[in-house]
Amino acid sequence: MLELSHLSKTFNPGTVNAKLALDDLSLSVADGDFISIIGANGAGKSTLFNAICGSFMTDTGSIVLDGKDVTLMPEHQRARSIGRLFQDPMRGTAPGMSIEENLALAAGHGGWLSPISRSDRKLFREKLALLGMGLEDRMQQPVGLLSGGQRQALTLMMATINPPKLLLLDEHTAALDPATAEKVLDLTMRIVSEQKLTCLMITHNMASALELGSRTIMMDRGRIIYDVAGEQRKALTVSDLLDRFREASGKALDNDRMLLT
Amino acid sequence: MPPIFSMLQTTAELGLINALVVLSLFLSYTMLGVCDLSTDGCFTLGAVTGAVVAISGHPYLAIPAAMCAGMLSGLITATLQTRMGVNSLLAGIIVNTGLYSINLLITNNKAQLNMIKTPTVFTQLRALIGPSPLGIYTTLFIALAAVALVIVFLSLFLRTRMGLSIRATGNNPDMVRASSIDPRVTTTVGLVISGAITALSGCLLAQSQKSVDVNIGSGMVTVALASLLIGGTFAGRGKIPLRAIGAVIGSLIFQLVYTVALRLKMPGFMLKLVSAVIVVIAISAPYLRSQFPALKRRFAHARKRGDC
Repeated sequence: MLELSHLSKTFNPGTVNAKLALDDLSLSVADGDFISIIGANGAGKSTLFNAICGSFMTDTGSIVLDGKDVTLMPEHQRARSIGRLFQDPMRGTAPGMSIEENLALAAGHGGWLSPISRSDRKLFREKLALLGMGLEDRMQQPVGLLSGGQRQALTLMMATINPPKLLLLDEHTAALDPATAEKVLDLTMRIVSEQKLTCLMITHNMASALELGSRTIMMDRGRIIYDVAGEQRKALTVSDLLDRFREASGKALDNDRMLLT
Repeated sequence: MPPIFSMLQTTAELGLINALVVLSLFLSYTMLGVCDLSTDGCFTLGAVTGAVVAISGHPYLAIPAAMCAGMLSGLITATLQTRMGVNSLLAGIIVNTGLYSINLLITNNKAQLNMIKTPTVFTQLRALIGPSPLGIYTTLFIALAAVALVIVFLSLFLRTRMGLSIRATGNNPDMVRASSIDPRVTTTVGLVISGAITALSGCLLAQSQKSVDVNIGSGMVTVALASLLIGGTFAGRGKIPLRAIGAVIGSLIFQLVYTVALRLKMPGFMLKLVSAVIVVIAISAPYLRSQFPALKRRFAHARKRGDC
Protein backbone atom coordinates (compact mmCIF):
# COMPACT_ATOMS: atom_id res chain seq x y z
CA MET A 1 0.00 0.00 0.00
CA LEU A 2 2.65 2.50 1.11
CA GLU A 3 6.28 1.90 0.27
CA LEU A 4 8.85 4.33 1.67
CA SER A 5 12.40 3.59 0.61
CA HIS A 6 15.55 5.31 1.80
CA LEU A 7 13.96 8.65 2.63
CA SER A 8 16.39 11.28 3.85
CA LYS A 9 15.82 14.93 4.60
CA THR A 10 18.19 17.51 6.05
CA PHE A 11 16.78 20.87 7.08
CA ASN A 12 19.00 23.95 6.76
CA PRO A 13 21.81 22.00 5.04
CA GLY A 14 25.27 23.51 5.25
CA THR A 15 24.48 25.73 8.24
CA VAL A 16 25.10 25.34 11.96
CA ASN A 17 21.40 24.58 12.29
CA ALA A 18 21.56 21.65 9.87
CA LYS A 19 19.31 18.89 11.13
CA LEU A 20 19.06 15.42 9.72
CA ALA A 21 15.31 14.93 10.22
CA LEU A 22 14.93 11.70 8.25
CA ASP A 23 17.85 9.35 8.02
CA ASP A 24 17.63 6.74 5.26
CA LEU A 25 14.20 5.71 6.49
CA SER A 26 12.40 2.80 4.86
CA LEU A 27 8.97 1.51 5.76
CA SER A 28 6.56 -0.85 4.11
CA VAL A 29 2.89 -0.56 5.05
CA ALA A 30 0.46 -3.29 4.02
CA ASP A 31 -3.12 -2.69 2.93
CA GLY A 32 -5.36 -2.31 5.97
CA ASP A 33 -2.49 -1.88 8.42
CA PHE A 34 -3.02 0.34 11.45
CA ILE A 35 0.39 1.40 12.69
CA SER A 36 0.99 3.39 15.86
CA ILE A 37 4.15 5.49 15.94
CA ILE A 38 5.92 6.57 19.10
CA GLY A 39 9.16 8.37 19.75
CA ALA A 40 10.90 11.16 21.61
CA ASN A 41 10.52 14.87 20.85
CA GLY A 42 12.17 15.68 17.56
CA ALA A 43 12.45 12.03 16.52
CA GLY A 44 11.05 12.85 13.09
CA LYS A 45 7.51 11.51 13.46
CA SER A 46 5.72 14.59 12.12
CA THR A 47 8.49 15.10 9.58
CA LEU A 48 7.77 11.63 8.28
CA PHE A 49 4.09 12.58 7.84
CA ASN A 50 5.09 15.84 6.13
CA ALA A 51 7.25 13.84 3.73
CA ILE A 52 4.41 11.44 2.94
CA CYS A 53 1.97 14.34 2.40
CA GLY A 54 4.41 16.30 0.29
CA SER A 55 4.77 19.38 2.51
CA PHE A 56 8.40 19.26 1.35
CA MET A 57 10.30 17.11 -1.08
CA THR A 58 12.74 14.64 0.46
CA ASP A 59 16.42 14.86 -0.49
CA THR A 60 16.62 11.20 -1.45
CA GLY A 61 14.43 8.12 -1.62
CA SER A 62 11.03 7.37 -3.06
CA ILE A 63 7.43 7.23 -1.87
CA VAL A 64 5.08 4.80 -3.58
CA LEU A 65 1.44 4.99 -2.58
CA ASP A 66 -0.90 2.26 -3.81
CA GLY A 67 1.42 1.35 -6.67
CA LYS A 68 1.88 4.93 -7.79
CA ASP A 69 5.14 6.82 -7.35
CA VAL A 70 4.18 10.10 -5.64
CA THR A 71 7.71 11.23 -4.73
CA LEU A 72 7.58 14.31 -6.97
CA MET A 73 3.85 14.97 -6.79
CA PRO A 74 2.76 18.30 -5.23
CA GLU A 75 0.97 18.29 -1.90
CA HIS A 76 -2.52 19.15 -3.10
CA GLN A 77 -2.50 16.31 -5.63
CA ARG A 78 -1.41 13.74 -3.07
CA ALA A 79 -4.19 14.99 -0.79
CA ARG A 80 -6.66 13.18 -3.05
CA SER A 81 -5.46 9.87 -1.62
CA ILE A 82 -4.24 10.99 1.81
CA GLY A 83 -6.31 12.25 4.73
CA ARG A 84 -4.53 13.92 7.60
CA LEU A 85 -5.45 15.16 11.08
CA PHE A 86 -3.22 17.41 13.14
CA GLN A 87 -2.93 17.86 16.87
CA ASP A 88 -4.26 21.41 16.52
CA PRO A 89 -8.02 21.17 15.86
CA MET A 90 -7.86 24.60 14.16
CA ARG A 91 -5.68 23.41 11.28
CA GLY A 92 -8.11 21.16 9.48
CA THR A 93 -11.09 23.49 9.03
CA ALA A 94 -11.85 27.00 7.77
CA PRO A 95 -13.30 28.86 10.80
CA GLY A 96 -15.09 31.60 8.88
CA MET A 97 -17.08 29.17 6.75
CA SER A 98 -20.09 27.10 7.68
CA ILE A 99 -19.99 23.40 8.51
CA GLU A 100 -21.62 22.45 5.23
CA GLU A 101 -19.25 24.68 3.23
CA ASN A 102 -16.28 23.02 4.88
CA LEU A 103 -17.68 19.58 4.11
CA ALA A 104 -18.46 20.59 0.52
CA LEU A 105 -14.84 21.60 -0.05
CA ALA A 106 -13.60 18.33 1.39
CA ALA A 107 -16.09 16.29 -0.64
CA GLY A 108 -15.23 18.15 -3.86
CA HIS A 109 -18.35 16.94 -5.64
CA GLY A 110 -19.47 18.53 -8.91
CA GLY A 111 -17.75 21.01 -11.20
CA TRP A 112 -15.94 24.17 -10.24
CA LEU A 113 -19.02 26.28 -10.85
CA SER A 114 -21.59 24.08 -9.15
CA PRO A 115 -23.03 25.11 -5.78
CA ILE A 116 -23.72 22.66 -2.94
CA SER A 117 -26.41 20.32 -4.22
CA ARG A 118 -29.41 19.06 -2.31
CA SER A 119 -28.12 15.48 -2.39
CA ASP A 120 -24.78 16.67 -0.96
CA ARG A 121 -26.61 18.40 1.88
CA LYS A 122 -28.48 15.19 2.60
CA LEU A 123 -25.24 13.20 2.59
CA PHE A 124 -23.54 15.71 4.94
CA ARG A 125 -26.51 15.56 7.29
CA GLU A 126 -26.36 11.78 7.46
CA LYS A 127 -22.61 11.76 7.96
CA LEU A 128 -22.75 14.43 10.69
CA ALA A 129 -25.52 12.56 12.51
CA LEU A 130 -23.09 9.64 12.87
CA LEU A 131 -20.86 11.83 15.04
CA GLY A 132 -23.59 12.11 17.67
CA MET A 133 -22.72 15.74 18.42
CA GLY A 134 -25.83 17.43 17.04
CA LEU A 135 -23.80 19.10 14.28
CA GLU A 136 -26.34 18.00 11.67
CA ASP A 137 -28.70 20.71 12.96
CA ARG A 138 -26.02 23.42 12.85
CA MET A 139 -24.83 23.02 9.26
CA GLN A 140 -25.21 26.74 8.47
CA GLN A 141 -23.14 27.87 11.45
CA PRO A 142 -19.51 28.93 11.10
CA VAL A 143 -17.03 26.28 12.19
CA GLY A 144 -15.28 28.88 14.36
CA LEU A 145 -18.14 28.52 16.87
CA LEU A 146 -17.47 24.81 17.47
CA SER A 147 -15.43 23.41 20.35
CA GLY A 148 -12.04 21.80 19.76
CA GLY A 149 -13.49 18.30 19.99
CA GLN A 150 -16.30 19.12 17.57
CA ARG A 151 -13.85 20.66 15.13
CA GLN A 152 -11.59 17.64 15.32
CA ALA A 153 -14.55 15.30 14.76
CA LEU A 154 -15.58 17.43 11.78
CA THR A 155 -12.01 17.32 10.42
CA LEU A 156 -12.11 13.54 10.74
CA MET A 157 -15.36 13.50 8.79
CA MET A 158 -13.84 15.77 6.13
CA ALA A 159 -10.69 13.67 5.83
CA THR A 160 -12.69 10.49 5.32
CA ILE A 161 -15.74 11.70 3.38
CA ASN A 162 -14.02 10.40 0.25
CA PRO A 163 -12.32 7.31 1.74
CA PRO A 164 -8.58 8.03 1.47
CA LYS A 165 -6.03 5.35 0.64
CA LEU A 166 -4.06 6.45 3.67
CA LEU A 167 -5.11 8.21 6.86
CA LEU A 168 -2.43 10.01 8.88
CA LEU A 169 -3.25 10.90 12.48
CA ASP A 170 -0.72 13.22 14.10
CA GLU A 171 -1.55 13.10 17.83
CA HIS A 172 -5.00 14.20 16.83
CA THR A 173 -6.52 13.82 20.29
CA ALA A 174 -3.63 15.33 22.27
CA ALA A 175 -5.12 18.83 22.51
CA LEU A 176 -8.53 17.63 23.70
CA ASP A 177 -9.76 17.02 27.23
CA PRO A 178 -9.70 13.31 28.23
CA ALA A 179 -13.42 12.61 27.75
CA THR A 180 -13.53 14.33 24.35
CA ALA A 181 -10.26 12.70 23.34
CA GLU A 182 -11.76 9.31 24.04
CA LYS A 183 -14.86 10.10 22.03
CA VAL A 184 -12.86 11.34 19.04
CA LEU A 185 -10.59 8.29 19.25
CA ASP A 186 -13.63 5.97 19.33
CA LEU A 187 -15.02 7.71 16.27
CA THR A 188 -11.68 7.37 14.54
CA MET A 189 -11.47 3.66 15.21
CA ARG A 190 -15.06 3.16 14.05
CA ILE A 191 -14.52 5.00 10.77
CA VAL A 192 -11.16 3.28 10.18
CA SER A 193 -12.68 -0.16 10.65
CA GLU A 194 -15.87 0.63 8.68
CA GLN A 195 -13.95 1.99 5.69
CA LYS A 196 -11.09 -0.51 6.17
CA LEU A 197 -8.58 2.35 5.99
CA THR A 198 -4.84 2.00 6.09
CA CYS A 199 -3.73 4.26 8.90
CA LEU A 200 -0.62 5.63 10.58
CA MET A 201 -1.10 7.20 14.00
CA ILE A 202 1.44 9.18 15.99
CA THR A 203 0.61 9.02 19.67
CA HIS A 204 2.19 9.97 22.95
CA ASN A 205 0.01 7.51 24.79
CA MET A 206 2.10 4.37 25.18
CA ALA A 207 -0.84 2.24 26.30
CA SER A 208 -3.00 3.10 23.31
CA ALA A 209 0.04 2.70 21.04
CA LEU A 210 0.10 -0.94 22.04
CA GLU A 211 -3.62 -1.44 22.36
CA LEU A 212 -4.83 0.09 19.08
CA GLY A 213 -4.01 -1.19 15.65
CA SER A 214 -1.90 -4.02 14.38
CA ARG A 215 1.69 -2.79 14.50
CA THR A 216 3.83 -0.35 16.48
CA ILE A 217 6.99 1.41 15.37
CA MET A 218 9.35 3.51 17.40
CA MET A 219 11.36 6.37 15.93
CA ASP A 220 14.51 8.11 17.05
CA ARG A 221 16.72 10.63 15.26
CA GLY A 222 14.98 10.19 11.94
CA ARG A 223 15.16 6.41 11.91
CA ILE A 224 12.86 3.55 12.80
CA ILE A 225 14.56 1.83 15.71
CA TYR A 226 11.93 -0.71 16.62
CA ASP A 227 9.12 -2.34 14.71
CA VAL A 228 6.80 -4.87 16.27
CA ALA A 229 3.60 -6.65 15.20
CA GLY A 230 1.55 -9.79 15.76
CA GLU A 231 1.94 -12.13 18.74
CA GLN A 232 5.14 -10.50 19.87
CA ARG A 233 3.36 -7.14 20.14
CA LYS A 234 0.45 -8.59 22.06
CA ALA A 235 2.82 -9.78 24.77
CA LEU A 236 4.44 -6.34 25.20
CA THR A 237 3.77 -4.03 28.14
CA VAL A 238 4.49 -0.34 28.37
CA SER A 239 7.59 -0.96 30.46
CA ASP A 240 8.84 -3.49 27.88
CA LEU A 241 8.42 -0.79 25.29
CA LEU A 242 10.49 1.67 27.33
CA ASP A 243 13.20 -0.98 27.75
CA ARG A 244 13.23 -1.62 24.01
CA PHE A 245 13.66 2.08 23.43
CA ARG A 246 16.62 2.28 25.80
CA GLU A 247 18.25 -0.75 24.17
CA ALA A 248 17.81 0.54 20.65
CA SER A 249 18.69 4.19 21.13
CA GLY A 250 21.05 4.00 24.08
CA LYS A 251 19.10 6.54 26.12
CA ALA A 252 15.88 6.84 28.06
CA LEU A 253 12.78 7.90 26.19
CA ASP A 254 12.19 11.57 26.88
CA ASN A 255 8.99 13.04 25.64
CA ASP A 256 7.48 15.75 27.79
CA ARG A 257 3.97 14.72 26.88
CA MET A 258 4.44 10.98 27.08
CA LEU A 259 1.74 9.14 28.95
CA LEU A 260 3.09 5.95 30.41
CA THR A 261 -0.08 4.52 31.83
CA MET B 1 -34.26 70.62 -9.54
CA PRO B 2 -33.16 71.97 -6.15
CA PRO B 3 -29.37 71.97 -5.79
CA ILE B 4 -29.53 69.60 -2.82
CA PHE B 5 -31.05 66.87 -5.01
CA SER B 6 -28.53 67.33 -7.76
CA MET B 7 -25.77 67.15 -5.16
CA LEU B 8 -27.20 63.96 -3.71
CA GLN B 9 -27.55 62.51 -7.18
CA THR B 10 -23.89 63.17 -8.00
CA THR B 11 -22.93 61.67 -4.64
CA ALA B 12 -24.93 58.54 -5.37
CA GLU B 13 -23.46 58.23 -8.88
CA LEU B 14 -19.87 58.52 -7.67
CA GLY B 15 -20.59 56.36 -4.63
CA LEU B 16 -22.00 53.59 -6.81
CA ILE B 17 -19.19 53.68 -9.36
CA ASN B 18 -16.61 53.57 -6.54
CA ALA B 19 -18.65 50.80 -4.92
CA LEU B 20 -17.46 48.53 -7.73
CA VAL B 21 -13.88 48.90 -6.49
CA VAL B 22 -15.14 48.28 -2.96
CA LEU B 23 -16.79 45.05 -4.18
CA SER B 24 -13.56 44.09 -5.90
CA LEU B 25 -11.72 44.53 -2.60
CA PHE B 26 -14.52 42.63 -0.88
CA LEU B 27 -13.46 39.68 -3.03
CA SER B 28 -9.68 40.11 -2.83
CA TYR B 29 -9.27 41.57 0.68
CA THR B 30 -12.18 40.19 2.71
CA MET B 31 -12.64 36.84 0.99
CA LEU B 32 -9.20 35.94 -0.37
CA GLY B 33 -7.22 37.74 2.33
CA VAL B 34 -4.91 39.49 -0.16
CA CYS B 35 -4.42 43.25 0.05
CA ASP B 36 -4.11 44.03 -3.65
CA LEU B 37 -2.12 47.26 -3.92
CA SER B 38 -2.25 47.20 -7.71
CA THR B 39 -5.84 48.47 -7.40
CA ASP B 40 -4.86 52.11 -8.15
CA GLY B 41 -3.07 51.23 -11.36
CA CYS B 42 -5.71 48.72 -12.37
CA PHE B 43 -8.46 51.33 -11.93
CA THR B 44 -6.57 53.76 -14.16
CA LEU B 45 -5.86 50.96 -16.63
CA GLY B 46 -9.59 50.33 -16.94
CA ALA B 47 -10.25 54.04 -17.31
CA VAL B 48 -7.69 54.67 -20.05
CA THR B 49 -8.38 51.43 -21.92
CA GLY B 50 -12.10 52.14 -21.90
CA ALA B 51 -11.50 55.75 -22.94
CA VAL B 52 -9.22 54.85 -25.85
CA VAL B 53 -11.64 52.22 -27.16
CA ALA B 54 -14.60 54.60 -26.74
CA ILE B 55 -12.75 57.42 -28.50
CA SER B 56 -12.03 55.06 -31.38
CA GLY B 57 -15.81 54.75 -31.74
CA HIS B 58 -16.80 51.66 -29.75
CA PRO B 59 -18.53 52.81 -26.55
CA TYR B 60 -19.93 49.35 -25.75
CA LEU B 61 -16.76 47.44 -26.59
CA ALA B 62 -14.95 49.78 -24.17
CA ILE B 63 -16.44 47.94 -21.21
CA PRO B 64 -15.29 44.38 -22.01
CA ALA B 65 -11.97 45.76 -23.24
CA ALA B 66 -11.36 47.52 -19.94
CA MET B 67 -12.37 44.41 -18.00
CA CYS B 68 -10.01 42.22 -20.03
CA ALA B 69 -7.18 44.65 -19.33
CA GLY B 70 -8.03 44.47 -15.63
CA MET B 71 -8.02 40.67 -15.73
CA LEU B 72 -4.59 40.70 -17.32
CA SER B 73 -3.32 43.02 -14.61
CA GLY B 74 -4.81 40.74 -11.93
CA LEU B 75 -3.22 37.73 -13.60
CA ILE B 76 0.22 39.34 -13.46
CA THR B 77 -0.16 40.36 -9.81
CA ALA B 78 -1.29 36.82 -8.98
CA THR B 79 1.49 35.15 -10.96
CA LEU B 80 4.13 37.23 -9.19
CA GLN B 81 2.91 36.16 -5.77
CA THR B 82 1.93 32.56 -6.41
CA ARG B 83 4.55 31.36 -8.87
CA MET B 84 7.54 33.66 -8.45
CA GLY B 85 7.88 34.06 -4.70
CA VAL B 86 7.17 37.80 -4.59
CA ASN B 87 5.52 38.96 -1.35
CA SER B 88 1.87 39.73 -2.04
CA LEU B 89 2.02 43.41 -0.98
CA LEU B 90 5.18 43.91 -3.01
CA ALA B 91 3.63 42.20 -6.03
CA GLY B 92 0.82 44.77 -5.95
CA ILE B 93 3.21 47.70 -5.62
CA ILE B 94 5.40 46.43 -8.47
CA VAL B 95 2.44 45.94 -10.80
CA ASN B 96 1.09 49.34 -9.80
CA THR B 97 4.39 50.98 -10.72
CA GLY B 98 4.62 49.12 -14.00
CA LEU B 99 1.05 50.01 -14.87
CA TYR B 100 1.86 53.72 -14.71
CA SER B 101 4.00 53.34 -17.82
CA ILE B 102 1.52 50.98 -19.45
CA ASN B 103 -1.29 53.48 -18.90
CA LEU B 104 0.72 56.26 -20.53
CA LEU B 105 1.54 53.87 -23.35
CA ILE B 106 -2.19 53.30 -23.87
CA THR B 107 -2.97 57.04 -23.86
CA ASN B 108 -0.06 57.59 -26.23
CA ASN B 109 1.82 59.52 -23.56
CA LYS B 110 -0.97 61.99 -22.91
CA ALA B 111 -1.70 62.79 -19.28
CA GLN B 112 -5.34 63.48 -20.10
CA LEU B 113 -7.87 62.24 -22.63
CA ASN B 114 -10.91 64.31 -23.46
CA MET B 115 -14.20 62.59 -24.28
CA ILE B 116 -16.54 65.62 -24.49
CA LYS B 117 -17.71 64.65 -27.96
CA THR B 118 -17.15 60.92 -27.63
CA PRO B 119 -20.23 58.69 -27.56
CA THR B 120 -20.17 56.70 -24.30
CA VAL B 121 -22.54 54.13 -22.81
CA PHE B 122 -24.08 57.02 -20.90
CA THR B 123 -24.70 59.23 -23.93
CA GLN B 124 -25.96 56.23 -25.90
CA LEU B 125 -28.54 55.38 -23.25
CA ARG B 126 -29.55 59.03 -22.94
CA ALA B 127 -30.11 59.16 -26.69
CA LEU B 128 -32.14 55.97 -26.45
CA ILE B 129 -34.42 57.36 -23.74
CA GLY B 130 -34.94 60.53 -25.77
CA PRO B 131 -36.11 63.82 -24.34
CA SER B 132 -37.98 62.27 -21.40
CA PRO B 133 -37.30 63.70 -17.88
CA LEU B 134 -35.68 60.38 -16.97
CA GLY B 135 -32.67 61.39 -19.07
CA ILE B 136 -30.84 62.97 -16.16
CA TYR B 137 -30.81 59.66 -14.32
CA THR B 138 -28.89 57.67 -16.95
CA THR B 139 -25.58 57.76 -15.07
CA LEU B 140 -27.29 56.72 -11.86
CA PHE B 141 -29.16 53.98 -13.65
CA ILE B 142 -26.09 52.49 -15.36
CA ALA B 143 -24.01 52.66 -12.18
CA LEU B 144 -26.80 51.01 -10.20
CA ALA B 145 -27.19 48.28 -12.81
CA ALA B 146 -23.44 47.58 -12.81
CA VAL B 147 -23.35 47.38 -9.01
CA ALA B 148 -26.41 45.11 -8.93
CA LEU B 149 -24.92 42.80 -11.57
CA VAL B 150 -21.63 42.55 -9.71
CA ILE B 151 -23.42 41.82 -6.40
CA VAL B 152 -25.52 39.09 -8.03
CA PHE B 153 -22.45 37.66 -9.73
CA LEU B 154 -20.39 37.62 -6.51
CA SER B 155 -23.25 36.15 -4.47
CA LEU B 156 -23.71 33.30 -6.93
CA PHE B 157 -20.02 32.80 -7.62
CA LEU B 158 -19.00 32.64 -3.95
CA ARG B 159 -21.44 29.76 -3.48
CA THR B 160 -19.81 27.60 -6.15
CA ARG B 161 -17.00 25.18 -5.43
CA MET B 162 -14.47 27.66 -6.85
CA GLY B 163 -15.99 30.46 -4.76
CA LEU B 164 -15.86 28.35 -1.60
CA SER B 165 -12.25 27.46 -2.38
CA ILE B 166 -11.39 31.16 -2.72
CA ARG B 167 -13.01 31.91 0.62
CA ALA B 168 -11.19 29.00 2.25
CA THR B 169 -7.87 30.21 0.82
CA GLY B 170 -8.31 33.42 2.82
CA ASN B 171 -9.40 31.42 5.83
CA ASN B 172 -7.06 28.44 6.04
CA PRO B 173 -4.79 27.61 3.07
CA ASP B 174 -3.68 24.35 4.73
CA MET B 175 -7.25 23.14 4.61
CA VAL B 176 -7.49 24.07 0.92
CA ARG B 177 -4.45 21.97 0.09
CA ALA B 178 -5.84 19.13 2.19
CA SER B 179 -8.99 19.30 0.04
CA SER B 180 -6.86 18.64 -3.07
CA ILE B 181 -7.20 22.22 -4.29
CA ASP B 182 -4.17 24.29 -5.31
CA PRO B 183 -4.35 27.61 -3.40
CA ARG B 184 -2.23 29.20 -6.14
CA VAL B 185 -5.06 28.60 -8.59
CA THR B 186 -7.74 29.99 -6.27
CA THR B 187 -5.63 33.09 -5.54
CA THR B 188 -5.15 33.64 -9.27
CA VAL B 189 -8.83 33.26 -10.11
CA GLY B 190 -9.78 35.62 -7.28
CA LEU B 191 -7.34 38.34 -8.33
CA VAL B 192 -8.28 38.06 -12.00
CA ILE B 193 -11.95 38.60 -11.18
CA SER B 194 -11.26 41.46 -8.78
CA GLY B 195 -9.04 43.07 -11.44
CA ALA B 196 -11.90 42.92 -13.93
CA ILE B 197 -14.31 44.59 -11.48
CA THR B 198 -11.80 47.32 -10.58
CA ALA B 199 -11.17 48.09 -14.25
CA LEU B 200 -14.92 48.17 -14.92
CA SER B 201 -15.23 50.82 -12.24
CA GLY B 202 -12.45 52.90 -13.79
CA CYS B 203 -14.00 52.58 -17.23
CA LEU B 204 -17.42 53.75 -16.01
CA LEU B 205 -15.97 56.68 -14.07
CA ALA B 206 -13.99 57.86 -17.10
CA GLN B 207 -17.01 57.59 -19.39
CA SER B 208 -19.35 59.35 -16.96
CA GLN B 209 -16.88 62.20 -16.39
CA LYS B 210 -16.14 62.48 -20.11
CA SER B 211 -12.47 62.77 -19.39
CA VAL B 212 -9.69 60.70 -17.98
CA ASP B 213 -6.48 61.59 -16.24
CA VAL B 214 -3.62 59.10 -15.75
CA ASN B 215 -3.76 59.88 -12.02
CA ILE B 216 -7.47 59.12 -11.78
CA GLY B 217 -6.85 55.99 -9.68
CA SER B 218 -4.26 57.32 -7.27
CA GLY B 219 -5.22 56.55 -3.67
CA MET B 220 -8.21 54.51 -4.83
CA VAL B 221 -7.20 51.48 -2.77
CA THR B 222 -7.30 53.48 0.47
CA VAL B 223 -10.61 55.14 -0.38
CA ALA B 224 -12.12 51.76 -1.28
CA LEU B 225 -10.67 50.09 1.81
CA ALA B 226 -12.12 52.86 3.99
CA SER B 227 -15.54 52.31 2.37
CA LEU B 228 -15.23 48.54 2.78
CA LEU B 229 -14.43 48.89 6.47
CA ILE B 230 -17.28 51.38 7.00
CA GLY B 231 -19.60 48.92 5.27
CA GLY B 232 -18.26 46.09 7.43
CA THR B 233 -19.53 47.83 10.55
CA PHE B 234 -23.08 47.55 9.15
CA ALA B 235 -22.98 44.04 7.75
CA GLY B 236 -19.68 42.52 8.82
CA ARG B 237 -21.22 39.14 9.51
CA GLY B 238 -24.03 37.29 7.86
CA LYS B 239 -24.70 36.08 4.36
CA ILE B 240 -22.50 37.08 1.45
CA PRO B 241 -25.13 39.14 -0.46
CA LEU B 242 -25.84 41.14 2.69
CA ARG B 243 -22.16 41.82 3.24
CA ALA B 244 -21.74 42.86 -0.39
CA ILE B 245 -24.63 45.30 -0.02
CA GLY B 246 -22.98 46.53 3.18
CA ALA B 247 -19.84 47.28 1.15
CA VAL B 248 -21.89 49.36 -1.31
CA ILE B 249 -23.55 51.25 1.55
CA GLY B 250 -20.09 51.91 2.97
CA SER B 251 -19.07 53.45 -0.33
CA LEU B 252 -22.18 55.64 -0.44
CA ILE B 253 -21.61 56.82 3.13
CA PHE B 254 -17.99 57.64 2.40
CA GLN B 255 -18.99 59.62 -0.66
CA LEU B 256 -21.71 61.44 1.29
CA VAL B 257 -19.32 62.42 4.07
CA TYR B 258 -16.87 63.63 1.46
CA THR B 259 -19.53 65.71 -0.31
CA VAL B 260 -20.71 67.25 2.96
CA ALA B 261 -17.12 68.02 3.91
CA LEU B 262 -16.63 69.78 0.58
CA ARG B 263 -19.78 71.83 1.21
CA LEU B 264 -18.31 72.79 4.57
CA LYS B 265 -15.39 74.25 2.64
CA MET B 266 -12.95 71.35 3.12
CA PRO B 267 -10.46 71.62 0.26
CA GLY B 268 -10.82 68.74 -2.24
CA PHE B 269 -7.22 67.68 -1.88
CA MET B 270 -7.92 66.59 1.71
CA LEU B 271 -9.91 63.54 0.48
CA LYS B 272 -6.93 61.19 0.57
CA LEU B 273 -5.97 62.22 4.11
CA VAL B 274 -9.52 61.68 5.30
CA SER B 275 -9.62 58.22 3.74
CA ALA B 276 -6.23 57.35 5.21
CA VAL B 277 -7.41 58.36 8.68
CA ILE B 278 -10.63 56.35 8.30
CA VAL B 279 -8.67 53.24 7.33
CA VAL B 280 -6.34 53.66 10.30
CA ILE B 281 -9.25 54.12 12.71
CA ALA B 282 -11.24 51.20 11.31
CA ILE B 283 -8.30 48.79 11.39
CA SER B 284 -6.82 49.87 14.71
CA ALA B 285 -10.04 50.35 16.68
CA PRO B 286 -10.52 46.65 17.54
CA TYR B 287 -6.89 46.43 18.66
CA LEU B 288 -7.04 49.60 20.74
CA ARG B 289 -10.31 48.46 22.30
CA SER B 290 -8.65 45.20 23.36
CA GLN B 291 -5.84 47.20 24.98
CA PHE B 292 -8.23 49.44 26.89
CA PRO B 293 -8.73 47.25 30.04
CA ALA B 294 -4.96 46.96 30.53
CA LEU B 295 -4.56 50.72 30.12
CA LYS B 296 -7.36 51.37 32.59
CA ARG B 297 -5.78 49.08 35.14
CA ARG B 298 -2.39 50.67 34.74
CA PHE B 299 -3.96 54.09 35.13
CA ALA B 300 -5.84 53.05 38.28
CA HIS B 301 -2.67 51.54 39.68
CA ALA B 302 -0.68 54.71 39.04
CA ARG B 303 -3.38 56.82 40.70
CA LYS B 304 -3.47 54.61 43.77
CA ARG B 305 0.27 54.87 44.15
CA GLY B 306 -0.04 58.62 43.83
CA ASP B 307 -2.53 58.69 46.71
CA CYS B 308 -0.21 56.92 49.13
